[in-house]
Amino acid sequence: MLKVSGIDVFYGDLQVLWDVSFEVRDNEILVLVGANGAGKSTTLKTISGLLKPRKGTIEFGGVRLDELSPDKVIGEGVVHVPEARRLFREMTVEENLIMGSLSPEARKKRAQTMEWVYELFPRMKERRKQAAGTLSGGEQQMAAIGRGLMALPKVLMFDEPSLGLAPILVQDVFEIVKRINKEGVTVLLVEQNVRQTLAMCDRAYVLENGRVVLEGTGKDLMNDAHVKEAYLGI
Amino acid sequence: MDVFLQTLVAGVLKGGLYALIGIGMTLIMGVMGIINLAHGQLMMLAMYVTFVLNTMGVDPYFSLFVAMPLLFLLGVGLQKFLLNPLIKADTILPENQVLMTVGIGMALTEIVRFGFTSDYKYITTTYSNETFFLGKISFSMALTIAFGIAIAFTVAMFFFLIKTDLGRSIRATAQDKDAATLMGVNTGRITVITFGLGSALVAAAGCLLAPVYYIFPDLGGPFTAKAFIITILGGLGSTVGAIFGGVTLGLAESMGATYFGMEYEDIIGLTIFVLVLLFLPGGFKRLTKV
Ligand SMILES: Nc1ncnc2c1ncn2[C@@H]1O[C@H](COP(=O)(O)OP(=O)(O)OP(=O)(O)O)[C@@H](O)[C@H]1O
Ligand SMILES: [Mg+2]
Repeated sequence: MLKVSGIDVFYGDLQVLWDVSFEVRDNEILVLVGANGAGKSTTLKTISGLLKPRKGTIEFGGVRLDELSPDKVIGEGVVHVPEARRLFREMTVEENLIMGSLSPEARKKRAQTMEWVYELFPRMKERRKQAAGTLSGGEQQMAAIGRGLMALPKVLMFDEPSLGLAPILVQDVFEIVKRINKEGVTVLLVEQNVRQTLAMCDRAYVLENGRVVLEGTGKDLMNDAHVKEAYLGI
Repeated sequence: MDVFLQTLVAGVLKGGLYALIGIGMTLIMGVMGIINLAHGQLMMLAMYVTFVLNTMGVDPYFSLFVAMPLLFLLGVGLQKFLLNPLIKADTILPENQVLMTVGIGMALTEIVRFGFTSDYKYITTTYSNETFFLGKISFSMALTIAFGIAIAFTVAMFFFLIKTDLGRSIRATAQDKDAATLMGVNTGRITVITFGLGSALVAAAGCLLAPVYYIFPDLGGPFTAKAFIITILGGLGSTVGAIFGGVTLGLAESMGATYFGMEYEDIIGLTIFVLVLLFLPGGFKRLTKV
């Protein structure tokens, strides 16, 4: 279980997260929804060690992640697929995948994991020698997810994987997320695509202005009056 | 025709060395996003290392094995203790790192002047003035050996950048530092290693140049300028571009010296530099990938 307890996070003097707490249970799909600027990406960046909370703790399997550097967090199996993909544009798809597997553990199984990723995304195998920057938006998302999988994650955190994709591709991406979850990977999904993600998740939290305001199962939240009004436009 | 071929050969041989100087600069540029204005001074230091070793009877080419590790360590130290601390204070602009490199360059020059005076030193070896002929074209033995070694280092560098995890991490850091951090790359360590490597490469160029060049404390400045020109020609941060840039500068200088006169050598280089800035602002990088 990944447990975030009461974190306050700042950019310089600007506080953007206020006493945020939530937990991701093993093997579930947990969704964090919220509007632009609610602090979703900041939350993921703090878990992966790019930012340090000024207050509060982050724990995974008995280890304090908030005390670790990003490479150590990956070593614990908590892996972040960043917003807007952030591929290495001038490197090939294959090199990008390799960059996902730098931890000693992942390195040992690199060839094997790559086979698995290519099985999951046959498109990536066809494009493996192509520069990542020349892929289409949907392909880039697959490459970014594939790169995350190369780290052999126990928990995979997706930051708005549907961003900028056509509706039909959004559906595909969510199918992939579900499939990865079925293979035993715990999923923490950050999304603005509230309707679709609430339908597919186990549980969800709603983040507003840097604070957790609601939590519940996907179904509960879909029937919640506030969620209906603020996010589903009903 | 012979004159032209002779000029061409001289230019390419020199270009190989320039490429080595340029690759070091371009690596630093790519990863740190700054121009290292102490680059030529680091080369000058390596030439003095070569000179000192030579007075003890060590061949310049063997001094590679001393000068390169030494300059690597110096580069590591400079990045770690003088340049990286500047990044941490976020009120400080990246320009201040460039200013720091200017300071480092001046300090190196004056330290060397203190130890060795401003007098010209030179290293004479059996092959310093030796030439051999292919047809009617003469080849300077020292420059030809230097060219061969420079090519070997360049190829090794490419192999390292493309085939090893550390090399890939360096390229990844240059392309997207935050994303590299997310992959578990310690980007602070990468900047330190990169500055070390850049210094070691320019040290190699210094050792190779030592048998055919005068050695004096102020030669750093002009070579920093050359490195800068090569890097701009190649498209900032592109390694393949740096090779093109190096060879172009070598050829241009050599052509200029032959067809306009020796005194035009540097002017030609600068002219090309300005033309590239005006008409091909991305440098040769547009033609390449790595
Ligand atoms: N590097 C930064 N420096 C200063 N403020 C920042 C920085 N990054 C984000 N912020 C601020 O922090 C707040 C939360 O940003 P964050 O990126 O976490 O939001 P988000 O929920 O991911 O939004 P979006 O859906 O638009 O991606 C915003 O008000 C934003 O302006
Ligand atoms: Mg975001």
